Amino acid sequence: MLDAPLSFWLDQTINGVVIGNIYALIAIGLALIFGVANLVNFAHGSVFMIGAYAGWVCITRLHWPLPAAMLTAATLSAIVGVLIERIGLRGLYDKARIAPLLATIGISFTLDQIVQLIFTATPQGFPAPLPEQRIPLGTVSIGLLDVLIAAITVGAALALFGFLRFTRLGWALRAAAQDREAAQQMGVDTDRANMLAFAVASALGGVAGVLVGMYFNSVYTSMSFQATIKGFVANLLGGLGSVSGAILGGILLGLIESYGVALFGASYRNLFSYAMLVLVLVFLPQGLFGARRALPPEPLTGTFVPSGGRVRLPRAMMALTIGAALVPLLSDNPYLLQTLSSAFLFALLALSVTLVTGMAGQTSLGQAGFMAIGGYASALLVMRVGVPFELALLLAALSAALVGSLLMTPVFRLRSQYMAIATLGVGEIVNQVILNWDAVTGGALGLSRIPPPTFLGAPIIAPRDVYWATLVLLVAGGLLAWRMAEAHLGRTWRAIRDDEVAARAFGVNLARYKWLAFLASGFIAGLSGAFTAHTYSYINHETFAVNTSILALTMVILGGMGNLAGAVLGALALTAAPELLRAVADYRYLLYGLVLVLLIRFRPQGLLGTL
Amino acid sequence: MSVAESTLLEAHALHREFGGVVAVRDVSFAVRRGEVVSIIGPNGAGKTTLFNLLTGLDRPDAGRIWFCGHEITALSPERRAALGMARTFQHGRAFGNLTVLENVLLGAHLRQALTAPDSTPLSALRELGAAILKPPAYADEQRRLRHRAFALLQRFGERLTPRAHQPAYTLSYANRRRTEMARALALQPTLLLLDEPTAGMNPTETAEVLDFLKTLKAEGLTLLLIEHKLGLVMELSDRVIVMDNGVVIAEGAPESVRRDPRVVEAYLGHTHWGTPSSESLP
Repeated sequence: MLDAPLSFWLDQTINGVVIGNIYALIAIGLALIFGVANLVNFAHGSVFMIGAYAGWVCITRLHWPLPAAMLTAATLSAIVGVLIERIGLRGLYDKARIAPLLATIGISFTLDQIVQLIFTATPQGFPAPLPEQRIPLGTVSIGLLDVLIAAITVGAALALFGFLRFTRLGWALRAAAQDREAAQQMGVDTDRANMLAFAVASALGGVAGVLVGMYFNSVYTSMSFQATIKGFVANLLGGLGSVSGAILGGILLGLIESYGVALFGASYRNLFSYAMLVLVLVFLPQGLFGARRALPPEPLTGTFVPSGGRVRLPRAMMALTIGAALVPLLSDNPYLLQTLSSAFLFALLALSVTLVTGMAGQTSLGQAGFMAIGGYASALLVMRVGVPFELALLLAALSAALVGSLLMTPVFRLRSQYMAIATLGVGEIVNQVILNWDAVTGGALGLSRIPPPTFLGAPIIAPRDVYWATLVLLVAGGLLAWRMAEAHLGRTWRAIRDDEVAARAFGVNLARYKWLAFLASGFIAGLSGAFTAHTYSYINHETFAVNTSILALTMVILGGMGNLAGAVLGALALTAAPELLRAVADYRYLLYGLVLVLLIRFRPQGLLGTL
Repeated sequence: MSVAESTLLEAHALHREFGGVVAVRDVSFAVRRGEVVSIIGPNGAGKTTLFNLLTGLDRPDAGRIWFCGHEITALSPERRAALGMARTFQHGRAFGNLTVLENVLLGAHLRQALTAPDSTPLSALRELGAAILKPPAYADEQRRLRHRAFALLQRFGERLTPRAHQPAYTLSYANRRRTEMARALALQPTLLLLDEPTAGMNPTETAEVLDFLKTLKAEGLTLLLIEHKLGLVMELSDRVIVMDNGVVIAEGAPESVRRDPRVVEAYLGHTHWGTPSSESLP
């Protein structure tokens, strides 16, 4: 590949710059919002996707001219952005930074699902309404769309620069970004400044959506999450919150991806962004061009831990839970049993999250990565090595614990929202490695025909057997977590969560206890992943994705941070309940998103309270 | 530089600045074993910065620190804690979601056999194993620590014992400060650093704290405290260090410091802002 002709590399460069321009357009919006609200807006990708669909409707259905479609997309996106700020975030600015971050994740779930309900999940073809003319430039050529993309990005950046620099409103925005309270006292309406930032950022995001739709000739709902990640990485490369840095970062990311794909293959594209996400956050938090400034300071207690709200489980509910264990004696409805089995596996994952996030305060959005390691390890051990399932399950959980916690060590030094994003990156890196490590993992094909779990050699296939097995696993995981929670370890974790500085002053070695938390958490998540793999019989690199991690965290927040019973309750409430109420099953992610947003806003202690 | 046998803590030429603003300038002093030393000075004098340098939460730009005969300038806070240094915080930093008893138990973190601050993966795994399996030695140790923690709570009379199992965030401000003090004592420190132990307390509560600190002094514990209430400082301290603008401007026995004109000007001048006589320039 390295001996390819120069024109090949020139083409890659042009590709990279064009894609980079789009990333830049997304990143500018994220930077603007980060600057004003000190918030990583995970709903930005959804706004981008809504813009893409708006443009698609205008062009392919209404046959409007391109400028009108762009304008409509920008306007609609701006309105959505303003609504996000007004409804989802306005009340959260004085909370720990992780709170609005999680709220935007919830909003993003909700918006994505709404769009999916309207347009279905199938990608829609999006022919660019531009002549297929290419402008020759020596040995290479540039398409009209490429020029348009570059022009719009540059134009938008210049307009934004002028607006921030030369208008009163722009000054107000910058003042609010620098010091919210001081700006307020000088008469700046910071609420309006926030709203304005969201409107402008979202309009740019919407335009970027239309451009991406035309560039790749399709629009689809899952483009939302990737857009957020790419935009965030671009923003990070350029220095969080810096608009000019966002442009450079976007183009740089585009080039890295383009060259990387040329050298290693298309399946590596996302690996680069996730690797950069983690590496830059950990080692270059001020970005490539930023002044030597650390990440903006976080409040000293770096986690999202509201005090109190502790509720003792009513005895009736305990009885109900134990009663639930007897379900198979009363009913052998396979649908009911399967639903509960999968809820138990989720509860196990939620337990793993409550150890590391609820107790130790290290917000993890990478738990699905632990599951993936467990799932693949167990399946491979049984299929390739011939290890009996019972032993493979244990070994898989141990590998998830060891490998997973080792991968997480670089993020120990990060706090709050940065920790959350970096763990998300680590979880996705696991999946990207699985995707690209063909020889071992089967690559994009995944692993199929994984044998079912066994107990003493007898396969566990009947729904009733699976039910009992998952219940036993959940109880075992729960006991393990409980033993640690009520030992000195639980106390030490909770102290770290409440106040790292004070904990250090009493001799607590933070790295050691964070590692132990991720180790224990990885073990339990690995158990869940391993068992899941054998009951699914087919897994691939998308089986254990970010959504699963986010869902698990939502369960923990719902149940109450650090509250073991709460984690199980949260898992049952969010997986079994919608399944059993068939009417809402289709709106599942809408429900998850709403639950997350409402919890963060109104009851951050969750149902059973923080322990 | 040799450290005299009876010297417990020695700071030499400590310097710390934040973006050009000097918070601590060339500060040197020593604390002997069993001594009670108070640092006083107006707000912004650099007292808390000095505390942070001593306990390792912040690093000096220049200067060195010795404690118990070891140079600790580059040691982490957890290592200094392991050497026997405990502190309370200016604005109170009890662990909000831990109960009062758990707060004190956390103070005894280093009194557990398996929690040495120099960590290896193996020692961490041993600790994890003990926490899960709870072998008899571990259970005994935890029981002993609980007894001791409870005994520490009892030293505060009826203030903390009835609330031993309440989370700290439910406590009154004064009780949170008491919890912090009990937590610091649980470390079994050789040096206790107290950052404004009576801030926000009424006269009765302040008198109670004074009595308590006198008891600690009588037991031979070395105390270094930052305090604004001069009555308490004069009654308790063997020696007083006065800081202003990051510099030590006077040091000596309480009576002599009280009469030092530089102190009257710098410190009392600030507290009696309205009296013209004390604001004369040198």
